[in-house]
Amino acid sequence: MMTLDTIDVRRQARVILIDGGHGVRSHLNTLGIHVGDWLTVVERAPFHGPVLVEVNGTRLAIGRGIASKVRVEVDGTVTSLEDTARANLAPS
Amino acid sequence: MKFVLAGQPNSGKSTIFNAVAGYRSATANFPGSSVSYTISRALIQGREVDVVDLPGVYSLTSSDPVAGEGESYLLGGDYDLIIDVVDASRLGRSLELTLQLLELRRPMIVALNMLDEAERRGISIDVAGLQRELGVPVVGTIARRGKGLRELFRTALRHAHVGSPAPAKSLDREIEQALESVSSALQGAGVETGVPARFAASKLIEGDRHFSSRVFGWYPGLEATVAAAVSALERAHGWSADQIVSGGRHAVAHSIEERMSIHGSPSLGWREWLDRLLLGPWTGGPLMVAILAAMFWIVFGIGQRIEGPLVEVFDQASAMVIGRLEPGSLLATLVHGVLMGLAGGVAIVLPYLIPFLLGLAILEDTGYLPRLAYILDSLMHRIGLHGKSVLPLILGYGCSVPAIMSTRILESRRDRRITGALAAFIPCSARSVVIFGLVAAYLGPLWALLVYLLNLGVVVVLGSILSRRMRGRSPGLILEIPELSVPHARTLAAKTWLTMREFITIAWPLLVASSVVLGLLEWFHAHDDINAILSPLTVTTLGLPSAVGMTLIFGVLRKELTLVMLVQALGTADVGSAMTAAQLVTFTLFVVFYVPCVATLAVMAREMGWRDTAWIAGLTIVIATTIAFAGRLAFGLVA
Repeated sequence: MMTLDTIDVRRQARVILIDGGHGVRSHLNTLGIHVGDWLTVVERAPFHGPVLVEVNGTRLAIGRGIASKVRVEVDGTVTSLEDTARANLAPS
Repeated sequence: MKFVLAGQPNSGKSTIFNAVAGYRSATANFPGSSVSYTISRALIQGREVDVVDLPGVYSLTSSDPVAGEGESYLLGGDYDLIIDVVDASRLGRSLELTLQLLELRRPMIVALNMLDEAERRGISIDVAGLQRELGVPVVGTIARRGKGLRELFRTALRHAHVGSPAPAKSLDREIEQALESVSSALQGAGVETGVPARFAASKLIEGDRHFSSRVFGWYPGLEATVAAAVSALERAHGWSADQIVSGGRHAVAHSIEERMSIHGSPSLGWREWLDRLLLGPWTGGPLMVAILAAMFWIVFGIGQRIEGPLVEVFDQASAMVIGRLEPGSLLATLVHGVLMGLAGGVAIVLPYLIPFLLGLAILEDTGYLPRLAYILDSLMHRIGLHGKSVLPLILGYGCSVPAIMSTRILESRRDRRITGALAAFIPCSARSVVIFGLVAAYLGPLWALLVYLLNLGVVVVLGSILSRRMRGRSPGLILEIPELSVPHARTLAAKTWLTMREFITIAWPLLVASSVVLGLLEWFHAHDDINAILSPLTVTTLGLPSAVGMTLIFGVLRKELTLVMLVQALGTADVGSAMTAAQLVTFTLFVVFYVPCVATLAVMAREMGWRDTAWIAGLTIVIATTIAFAGRLAFGLVA
C-alpha cells in the first residue's frame, strides 16, 4: 500500500486511511485532511524532510513520520477493502 | 456587552481586533501567533463594548493546549455574541468550525474575511446565499485594509440585541441518530455540562478525553449509552466514530462551499513562483541563509551608521554638563548617572533595536517563519525535535518572553520543555544589542556573526543532549503554510512600536534608575565590595576588569543594562578604549549565555514550573562561564 511520503511531486493522491492515534488523526482532520480527500504533493524537502501537500485550497507541511502513516491511492492502485476497514477500526 | 472573536488560526481575528481596539494584539502571518486571549474595550457607535481576541482553534475537538484556552472560553465564557471569523479563501475548512460554533446555540455572526485573497484565488462567494444557508448574518470583510469592519460591528451590535441563535445543521442520518440517543440520555439523566446537549453528545461520541472523563465521572451509567451509540455508528460506516462525525461535518461544510462559491482561475502569479524558490529542494536552504544573512547585515549597517554620531554627541553633551558641576560631588554623581542611563538608551540600544524589530516583523508578516519550519524540519529531527520548534526559537531572537509563551503551539509536553529551555539560550534583541554594540562595533561584523554561530552551535548540542535525556513522544510536524503576503507598512510600524513602547516605558526608566543606583554605589564606594565578591569569576576566570561585576548583576533585570552599566562603570561610551578586544569578546559571550532576565524567568516559571526554571538558570551560568572562558583562551591564540 502506498503512503503519502512516497508519492512523487505534482502527483494527486486520495487518502484512504489515516493510520495514527486519535491525536494525529484529529489534528489532520481539523487541518482539512479526511479520508476520501484528494490531495496534491507540491514539494518534498530533501534529507528526509517534510512533504508539502495541497488539500482543499490549503497548503500543509507534514513531517515524514506522519506522512508515512497516511495511506493513499493514486489512479490505478487497488487495495483490499477489508484491509482498510480493519485498520480504520483499530484501537488508537 | 461582550463580543468574542473566534475562528481558525491565521484567519485575521487579531487584525480585526486591532482595528477596533488599537494595536494591542500582535499579529503575524503564521498559525498560532496569538497564544492567549486579549480583551479590550472599544467604542462602537457610541456604545462601549468589550472585544475578546481568542487564540485560533481549528475545531472545538482538538487537544492542543493553545486551542484549549480558546475552546474553554467559547464553551463556558460569559459573552453576548460570537463573531466567527472565516477565511473566505479556505471556506470549506473554516465552515467546519462554524458548524461547531452553531452547535453552541449562542448569538453569532460571521465575518467573511480575506475576500481579497479569495478573489486572487479566483473564488467568488454568494454572501447572501451563505447567510441563508447558515441562518446567521454574514458580512464580507478585508480586515487588513479595514474594509467592511464598520458594517461588521454594526451588524454585531444589532444582532446581539435582537438576534436569536440559529439552529445547528444536521449531519447524516446515522450521526443524527447517535447524537439523538446520547443527548436524550444526557437530558434524561439531568447532566449539566453548560453547553447544549447535542454539542455535549458530539463531544462524547468523538471521544474528547477531557470532556468524557468529567461527564463519566459524575454519571458512570452514561458510559454504556455512549459506547452503544459509538459502536452502532462504527458498524454502519466502518470507521472510527471520531472520523465519522468529523467527516460528516466536513461533507456538510464542503457541500455548502460548493453551492455558495464559484471557483474561477487563480491568479497567484509571483507568490507561487516565489514559493517554488523558497521551498524548492535545492533553492530553499541557500535562500534561507541568504535572507537571514541579509537581515543581519542590514540591521548592523543601519545601527552602526546611527550609533557612532549619537554616542559622540552624547559624550560631548554630558562632558559639558558635568564640567559645570563640582567634580566628585553627590549632585554630579547623580546627574552623571541619569545622563549615562539616557545615553545608553538613545545612543546604543535604539539604533540596533529598531531595525532589528522591524526585520523580525517583516519575517513574521510575510509568512516566511512557517516556511522556515518546513525547511528546517529534518535538521530539527536531528536534535530530537521537529520543525514547529523553529517558530519559538526564531521569536526568541526578538524577546524570550513571547518565545517561551509560543512553545504552547507544540503538541507534546516534552517538546515544549526542550524548546522552552533552548529559547532561553537564543540571544534576544537585548542581547543582540550587546553583540552589535560591543563585538560588531569594535571588532567588526564578522566577529559578531561568529558569536551568533557559536550560540547556535551550543543550542544544537544542548538540544540533542536534552532530547536524548528526556523521554516522551514528539508527534512530528503538521503545520499550515499560509500564503506569502506583502507586509503593510502601518502594521509593521504598529508592531515595532508595540515592543518599543515596552522598552521606553519599562526598560528605559529602569536603565536610568539603575544607572543612578550604580552612581550612588560608586559614590559610597560600595561597588568595590560587590565587584570584589564577583572578581573570582570576572577577573580570575574571565580576565575582565573588576568593574564589570556590577553590570552582570544589573543585567539580570534587563539584558540591555549590562551594556549601559558597562558604559557607566567604565566612565565612557567609547568602551573600546577601556577594554581589550579579548575582553570585549569574553564579556559578550558571558552576557549572551548567562541567566535570562527576570521577566523571562517569571514566564518560564509559569509555563514550565520553578524546578525546570531553576535547572535552566543554573545551566546557563555553567555554560556561560565555560564558553566565555573558552572564548578567552581561543581569542588569546588567534589574536
